[in-house]
Amino acid sequence: MYRYDDFDRQLVQERTEQFREQVKRRLAGDITEEQFRPLRLMNGVYLQLHAYMLRVAIPYGTLRADQLRQLGMIARKYDKGYGHFTTRQNIQYNWPKLDEIPDALLDLANVEMHAIQTSGNCIRNTTTDQYAGAAADEIEDPRPYCELIRQWSTFHPEFTYLPRKFKIAVTGSPNDRAAVKVHDIGLRMHQNDAGETGFEVIVGGGLGRTPFVGKTVRDFIGKNDLFSYLEAILRVYNRFGRRDNKYKARIKILVHELGVEEVRRLVEEEWEQIKDGSLRVGDEEIAHYIAQFAPPAFEDLSDDDADFERHKAENRGFFNWVRSNVVAHKQPGYAIANVSLKPIGGIPGDATDTQMELVADLSEKYSFGDVRVTHEQNLVLPHVKKADLFALWTALDAAGLGTANLGYVTDIISCPGLDYCALATARSIPLSQRISERFGDLERQHDIGELKIKISGCINACGHHHVGHIGILGLDKRGKEFYQITLGGDASQDASIGKIAGAGFSEAEVVDAIESLVTKYIEIRESGERFIDTYRRVGMDPFKEVLYGDR
Amino acid sequence: MSLQVVTANRLGDGLVVFLTAQGGWSENINDARVADGKDAAEAMLAEASAPELDVVIVGPYLIDVEQQDGGLVPTKYREVLRTKGPSVREDLGYQAV
Repeated sequence: MYRYDDFDRQLVQERTEQFREQVKRRLAGDITEEQFRPLRLMNGVYLQLHAYMLRVAIPYGTLRADQLRQLGMIARKYDKGYGHFTTRQNIQYNWPKLDEIPDALLDLANVEMHAIQTSGNCIRNTTTDQYAGAAADEIEDPRPYCELIRQWSTFHPEFTYLPRKFKIAVTGSPNDRAAVKVHDIGLRMHQNDAGETGFEVIVGGGLGRTPFVGKTVRDFIGKNDLFSYLEAILRVYNRFGRRDNKYKARIKILVHELGVEEVRRLVEEEWEQIKDGSLRVGDEEIAHYIAQFAPPAFEDLSDDDADFERHKAENRGFFNWVRSNVVAHKQPGYAIANVSLKPIGGIPGDATDTQMELVADLSEKYSFGDVRVTHEQNLVLPHVKKADLFALWTALDAAGLGTANLGYVTDIISCPGLDYCALATARSIPLSQRISERFGDLERQHDIGELKIKISGCINACGHHHVGHIGILGLDKRGKEFYQITLGGDASQDASIGKIAGAGFSEAEVVDAIESLVTKYIEIRESGERFIDTYRRVGMDPFKEVLYGDR
Repeated sequence: MSLQVVTANRLGDGLVVFLTAQGGWSENINDARVADGKDAAEAMLAEASAPELDVVIVGPYLIDVEQQDGGLVPTKYREVLRTKGPSVREDLGYQAV
């Protein structure tokens, strides 16, 4: 895994000390809140409903065991014993005190972590496939490119005051687990006709109040040229992106208003000027970063493990967990183990200090000290020997981390909503808990199959409701919470934006409404169809009918 | 008639506070000074927005409240949550005390 060099270390430490001075000056009254606010936001510090919130970057969702252990320690020392993993593969703390945050940032810096690029109108923390370097379906590990993007984008002087925030996601697999088509830039690794590996460049996707699936601005860019090409896109955006209206300032609006052909023309014109400059990255340098993410020392194993099969046959709970949470690994004899942070009736994405420490310990014992954070708010141990899965599951299950529901109806994405967030218009967590409880029966979940429910507590769509197979948007209607349902969204390689089913539902009605949709799906599905497949075949009408009847 | 109080977040720890009759800030909404009517509310917000308070609190604003048996209760659910804490973690926030 990537280790900081002296430059990284100095950069993060200097930033921490700068922020310490800024906090001191703010508390002494030397700078006003108006002056301080952009400074704290550049260090991941928000002011939420009940307290400050610190958002910590987890670059491309990869953590070492010592880093996750430190995140647990920080939850205990500066917060109230827990943290919340977000849809941006970050972690948020909900209760830190302002004068203690510089110390928390120092504790983070000591394990090569920080809160840079978690807020503000800069290029944010790059996200990727949580199975990077492990997935059987992967072309190449995308993280070396993510790390190069991080180095290019961190404190990039030209892109510190963009029209609006800018999010980049990368997938190294044709099966997109990083939702690249709904990012400002999505990069999909693939091979061209000459057999070279490069990226399709997708621009202008996004959620929020104006959702779009991104459009391909270039079908293939070689690895060496990727960074100059990104620079060209950012330059075009920085120059032409709207600054008159923050709701129209994202690149998706520029792509929508100019059209992708014109954006392509502008980008290519810019790129022509800079493509042979210093941002062209040579093979040797790329190889250096690939080496940083070299696979761990896998043992040469048979893919069949008799003990693993025996445990599955003997233990129903383990069998169920393997069925939903264990994914094929590229190395024979190994598997990818998903750790669900969605216990039935629990808070999606929350983990306690001791749970974080336990997963850190287990990763050292079973997964080369490697942990991943997913944009669906779960954790992953990416490299587990099949022979160790039973022991791993036993330890996870004892700590409330063994829920067998990955990809099922109870594996719900939910933003913090009005329980924490100052921008929210309705609560989202309690609704996710009630849906989880309603569908908690495991056999029923398995029968329903893959069903992605995503809940946002406001139009900003941090809960990705637009790309939920069933999306739920919480709104405020004359002081009361009510919930709008969208159907047919998809964040995968077949990305689509969900359509609003009709009038919203009250807090009391909405869980029944969701259940009626699921019941309808079960009734009309054809063999092998997931909810989204059935929806695509039959369209909105049958579902609308069960929601609204003659209304 | 509409009753209003001024709320804000405290600079040091970000916690929710309310402007009191004495011009201080309390964590308990029942300590809040209540303005009855638009003029009184605006005067109260102006007092809370004084530049010297920038080192005490952040973002003061008015909220509507009702006098109920148990004391002052905000009319908007968002503000009820701010007086209590997260509804999904009743062990945290003011409700836990």
